[in-house]
Amino acid sequence: MENEVLRVDGLGKSFGGLRAIDSLNFSVTSGQIKSIIGPNGAGKTTLFNLITGIFPPTEGTFQFAGRILNGLQSHDIARLGVSRTFQNLELFPNMNALENVMLGCHTQTSAGIFQAGLRLPAMRREEKRSRQKAWEELRFMELESKALLGATSLPLGEQKLLEIARALATQPRLLLLDEPAAGLNIRETEKLSETIRRIRERGITVMLVEHDMSLVMGISDEVLVLNYGKKIAEGLPRDIQKNPEVISAYLGEEGEDA
Amino acid sequence: MKKNDRYIILILALGIILFPWLGGGNEYFLSLLVFMGINGLITMGLSLLMGYAGQISLGHAAFFGLGAYSSGVLTTKYSLPPLGALGVGILLSALIAFLVGKPTLRLKGHYMAVATLGFGEIMFIVFNELSSLTGGPSGLSGIPPLVLGGIVIEGCAYLYFVWALVILLLIFSLNMINSRVGRALRAVHGSELAAGAMGVDASKYKLGVFVLSGVYASIAGSLYAHFVTFISPSSFSLMFSILLLMMVVVGGTETIWGALMGAGLLTLLPEYLRALEDFEVLAYGAILMAVLLFMPRGVLVGIRRLFESKGKVK
Repeated sequence: MENEVLRVDGLGKSFGGLRAIDSLNFSVTSGQIKSIIGPNGAGKTTLFNLITGIFPPTEGTFQFAGRILNGLQSHDIARLGVSRTFQNLELFPNMNALENVMLGCHTQTSAGIFQAGLRLPAMRREEKRSRQKAWEELRFMELESKALLGATSLPLGEQKLLEIARALATQPRLLLLDEPAAGLNIRETEKLSETIRRIRERGITVMLVEHDMSLVMGISDEVLVLNYGKKIAEGLPRDIQKNPEVISAYLGEEGEDA
Repeated sequence: MKKNDRYIILILALGIILFPWLGGGNEYFLSLLVFMGINGLITMGLSLLMGYAGQISLGHAAFFGLGAYSSGVLTTKYSLPPLGALGVGILLSALIAFLVGKPTLRLKGHYMAVATLGFGEIMFIVFNELSSLTGGPSGLSGIPPLVLGGIVIEGCAYLYFVWALVILLLIFSLNMINSRVGRALRAVHGSELAAGAMGVDASKYKLGVFVLSGVYASIAGSLYAHFVTFISPSSFSLMFSILLLMMVVVGGTETIWGALMGAGLLTLLPEYLRALEDFEVLAYGAILMAVLLFMPRGVLVGIRRLFESKGKVK
């Protein structure tokens, strides 16, 4: 399909005897917000780790914008335009917020050791552009006032937003958000859903792993439900909510109407 | 480069330029300063490797030796000009650092320390056994002084030459740290997972810094060979690699200034302890332990904190 950003075919991942992901097929359309939900241990984060090249799949392929990503390393995939945040924050504690976001500009800059050491003009221009871009992303996430504070000294909610700003600075086409609402209060979550919509308006496709059902059902175009590494349902949010298999996966076999 | 760094560099440069007047042309102080510069060159590279790339090398004495023997052998046996020999040493060290670093830096953890330990021992054996070139355990003597454009660089001029290189490479290193490359290195140190996901090729940058630190050590080796005019393998043993590591740790790995400070302190310390005669080693050990106990982040941070706390009391 022309406007398919991500396509996953027969993807499988085993850790020893455990099938974390089992023959998974799905695709993500450009400009979509697609959520992946499922009980704990369903393989959602594993799926993100596979897409971003943190470990290789056991079988199957995944394609990004028509290009097969199998065998590429994490940093190559980032360069192609896939960025992400982490469930257990992975900010750089030894840098301030601005520098964290500037690191996100790494994919659009190219100065090497010699250009940097000699401070050649090309490198200085790059540096200026990265700084501007980082400020823009901080402003987008409404974090400008925190720019010069240590990244990990910020409150949890702001650290989550900072991770999104850093991911946006890489100028991704596909953004993977791993439980961005975990640990946020209701007001912060509402603001987050607004932010995710604004990200989509920038033309960035968003994949979301999330447990907060009101957030998921409120903003997703499509929802994919995983259980024990297998797809058990995929479709519009309202259909997913009524799907008996999904309900039983969440509430157990004996579950009554949710 | 930050503003503070510029001022400190300026003061440092002034101190060196004024040495003939301050030090009264004392030969002994002059050679101490030259050795501080030479050790400082190596520890700057090591500090980049340890503090920024998070890797430990136990083989930097070998790069130092490679530089020294390249200069020694090529100028005495093949009558190459000293600068040419220095260049050959740089290329050789860079190549070997690349070959040692390439496979080991792909792995996470302390493989680098083990690999460089082995490499250091191998080079130590090579310096000893390749006696037709290196003179073996009895060393290589008669290394000519450094000649630049027909002028022999000796005494105070040599001090200037060494410290000009120290300051140039210091500026180079500081520029690098305050750039995309430095950020990438710090990112890898902070979270390799996130660095990768943001497009940083961790092993590439670690390798780059390792090669660079090997080159710094090689330059120092060449400078050493022309200064002492006699080299033997014992100067390039594992003990020296460990001493270099200690300099970086004592000074502090957090900034490159710490490495220079550590090099300075540990070059001077044995000289001042010599008066203690039999108790020299004991005192040396005690001082190192005290530094690490009371200033675990290095002398530089330790002193800065001392000043800050005094400022607060006022």
